[in-house]
Amino acid sequence: MDFETLFEPDTLRLYASGIGVTLELLAVSLLGGLILSIPLAVVRSARSRWWSMPVAAYTFVVRGTPLLVQVYLIYYGVAQLDWVQARWDAMWPWVWFKEPVFCTLVAFVLNTTAYTIELVAGAIRETPHGEIEAAESYGMTHATLMRRIVLPSALRRALPAYGNEVVLMLHATSVASVVPGIVDLTGAANSLYATTYLPFESYIAAAVIYLVLTFVLVAVLRVVERHALAHLRRGGSASQAPTAPDEAQPA
Amino acid sequence: MNTAYLPYVLAGVGLTLAVATGALVLATLLGIAAAAMRLSNHRVARAIATAYATLIRGVPDLVLMLLIFYGGQIAVNALAQRLGWIDEGGSLDIDPFVAGTITIGFIYGAYFAETFRGAMLAVPIGQSEAAEAFGMTPVQVLVRIVLPQTVRHALPGFTNNWLVLVKSTALVSIIGLTDLMYRAKQAGAATRAAFFYFAFAAAIYLAITTVSLLALRAVERRHARGVRAIDRPAA
Repeated sequence: MDFETLFEPDTLRLYASGIGVTLELLAVSLLGGLILSIPLAVVRSARSRWWSMPVAAYTFVVRGTPLLVQVYLIYYGVAQLDWVQARWDAMWPWVWFKEPVFCTLVAFVLNTTAYTIELVAGAIRETPHGEIEAAESYGMTHATLMRRIVLPSALRRALPAYGNEVVLMLHATSVASVVPGIVDLTGAANSLYATTYLPFESYIAAAVIYLVLTFVLVAVLRVVERHALAHLRRGGSASQAPTAPDEAQPA
Repeated sequence: MNTAYLPYVLAGVGLTLAVATGALVLATLLGIAAAAMRLSNHRVARAIATAYATLIRGVPDLVLMLLIFYGGQIAVNALAQRLGWIDEGGSLDIDPFVAGTITIGFIYGAYFAETFRGAMLAVPIGQSEAAEAFGMTPVQVLVRIVLPQTVRHALPGFTNNWLVLVKSTALVSIIGLTDLMYRAKQAGAATRAAFFYFAFAAAIYLAITTVSLLALRAVERRHARGVRAIDRPAA
């Protein structure tokens, strides 16, 4: 074992820039995924099948196929379509499809969006009936009810599952290393292995860094959850504890 | 559209399914062992199983696969030289099929361990206490009493893990196995119809995951026969 190679300046720079690329991929994917998935989750949980079915079909297809296929489909597939090639020299947004990072991010965003839609839609479905009935009896329109009552509570309740998705997405970004020209953390390990033929050192270093990133993310998410879900915690102060209506009546 | 390579791509399904089922068997066995270790009273066993579950689940599949595939190659050769099986400078080639299957099985064993641990905890402790009182050994308690009752609780998680496992087998194409994914990539490059061939591969993965999902749902319903409707998984 030759772990000293890892601490040479060039190697450290390689891994540092790899971490940067991984975190950028993660941040952009998650941001894009959130922006797309919240409105789509509302559509997914619509009562009319005409609205919910197309979104359900989308999440079914994306969640039923490997991320690697999706990345290849967009990176190699879309870029080889004549229709796209006829446009990508000049026409927006097709010019971006010449960029490997853009193609990869499109695949990542489409992927995480599908998983996030399902977990947010699940939280929307589990909103207590009473809250919705109360809002309706106040005369709220469906849109107001969604915006003021359902979404604020559903998004908070979706947090634990979303935290899981964040960690899975961090790990999923390693797939970017198969795209030529992208050197994320896994790509950095590949590149060190290719020059030194030291597989243990190269990949164990990457694995340890992923592990540390995972633990940091989990810790951050736990703090966010504690704050966002304080109202659901048991054993808090008396004013926060949920009180059943019949208990609230004077004996 | 050049469809000449469709049979060639389709021929990769066998390898994909072979890797997936081989890995599933290994992951299930490892998962049961690790779950039993985590729930045991033996401190070292508990620590090993906890470390296994935590470390593996904190690292991307792809990194572990590259580590085990490239690193395993060197480790096996070093070991073989030490034992005198091969000469200095000679080398054993690890079969990528074996390496891929073992790697995926090893990774998913950690996920199955979590599923089985939760399911074993759902079996009332009185059951194993009664079995112990009958004089059964710990292994007998596990095999005769706990595992059969664990099946129902483990099935939903098992289904989910299997679906993720099947999808992750696409990664073995990166270490050179000529599975569905690898063949789709080759066909796409040869015909310049990459979109078509990757879409075809995606459709096959979708078919595999959909059929497994329907089949495992049916098994779940069958195992929930004796349970009142409110606890039963929805049809």
